[in-house]
Amino acid sequence: MKNKSLISINDYTKEDYFKILDLADDFQKNPNQKLLENHIVASLFFEPSTRTRLSFETAVQRLGGKVIGFSEASNTSVSKGESLKDTILTVNKYADLIVMRHPIEGSARFASEVSDVPIINAGDGSNQHPTQCLLDLYSIRKTQGTLENLNLFLVGDLKYGRTVHSLMTAMSEFNPVFNFVSPPSLRMPQEYKDYLDEKGIKYHEYDDLNDNINNADIIYVTRVQRERFSDPMEYEKVKNAYILKNDMLDNTKPTMRIMHPLPRVNEIDTDVDANPKAYYFEQAENGVYTRMAIMALILGLK
Amino acid sequence: MKNELTVKAIKKGTVIDHIQAKNLFKIISIIGIEKIDTEVFIGNNLESKKHGKKAIIKIENRFPSMDDINKIAIIDPHAVINTIDEYKVIEKKHVKIPDTINTFVKCINPKCITNHEKVSTKFKIQNKDGKIGLKCNYCEKITGQDNIEIIR
Ligand SMILES: [Zn+2]
Repeated sequence: MKNKSLISINDYTKEDYFKILDLADDFQKNPNQKLLENHIVASLFFEPSTRTRLSFETAVQRLGGKVIGFSEASNTSVSKGESLKDTILTVNKYADLIVMRHPIEGSARFASEVSDVPIINAGDGSNQHPTQCLLDLYSIRKTQGTLENLNLFLVGDLKYGRTVHSLMTAMSEFNPVFNFVSPPSLRMPQEYKDYLDEKGIKYHEYDDLNDNINNADIIYVTRVQRERFSDPMEYEKVKNAYILKNDMLDNTKPTMRIMHPLPRVNEIDTDVDANPKAYYFEQAENGVYTRMAIMALILGLK
Repeated sequence: MKNELTVKAIKKGTVIDHIQAKNLFKIISIIGIEKIDTEVFIGNNLESKKHGKKAIIKIENRFPSMDDINKIAIIDPHAVINTIDEYKVIEKKHVKIPDTINTFVKCINPKCITNHEKVSTKFKIQNKDGKIGLKCNYCEKITGQDNIEIIR
């Protein structure tokens, strides 16, 4: 992994996942290890994403490193029309590692081709967001003790949600059963279902949340965005069908955990937050340890 | 034989045959026929036993590069490339779909970096039951065979 950019979850093998998760575990037990002293990490957010940026910057600081960068593209040379290539060729002279988020798809892969230092993709449009996927794997393994043979529910926007697509692809290495719960217009795309068929992985599709969640190990909820519907009436019809409420959890497994990539709007009722099965804030915390592990491995410090 | 009458025979050069009629103009475009200064004969909507209406291109004294052959394969995997000498076919090549192609096809995704910055395209070819898809090296979206647009 040393000196290798992380652009897409498909860049890493199952063995790489375990290396990262094991090291993240180690950082969770002992978070203040000053491995990045004397290192500078550039955090280039060409579009704002407060949560992801804070998570990365916390990870750098916990490791004793320094951060340079910007949190949005306005007021930078980018807004004056500088190309991505020039920005990367400049910043890679300043920093040892570049974390970047960019609205254009494929921008991180391109940056990794021109950069002298490794790039970590913190989201390129609707394409990839691999550190989110790795922190999800970490959270699943931490709560279930394993990644193997789990019964996973993916709920919400399964058509456009890059998070669920990456998670589905990564978890396919571990013999899961998938349950897809979404409005009919936002179902898991056929190409992903073909992929599961090829791998011989079982999946079920549902139009709504009901008793079928009682055998879930993980319920992964994502936001159903209004912008995804061309017909506002259609959105109004479906928006309440995917809200997870506390009383729906009574008969679920005691070990079941609810995950969400955040930010949440209303798809998980706030009365769920106090339930020990709610795991989304711990999941966000896990993002820091996972990103510490990824950066330490890429910089060859572990 | 009927085709020999419809489109004039050449003495020496290349005959690209069994092109599906709908692909003719794409192939003309990718191999840059307008830049060729030897004799070129083009026939379209000819009867074919194999694929409905076919097209044929005959080029005097020019032999396509491997790169050109790869390009033709992406557009029309059924095309056959004949090398002609003294009015006879001396070699018959069925085009083979390459694993990757660079630079000449546009990515279909308007939000792809290759459509925003000066980045030459790269694709991995996927071949599912004869249906070709081009997976972009950058945005990872798939450009289907029917959506292939040539960058000139
Ligand atoms: Zn692309």
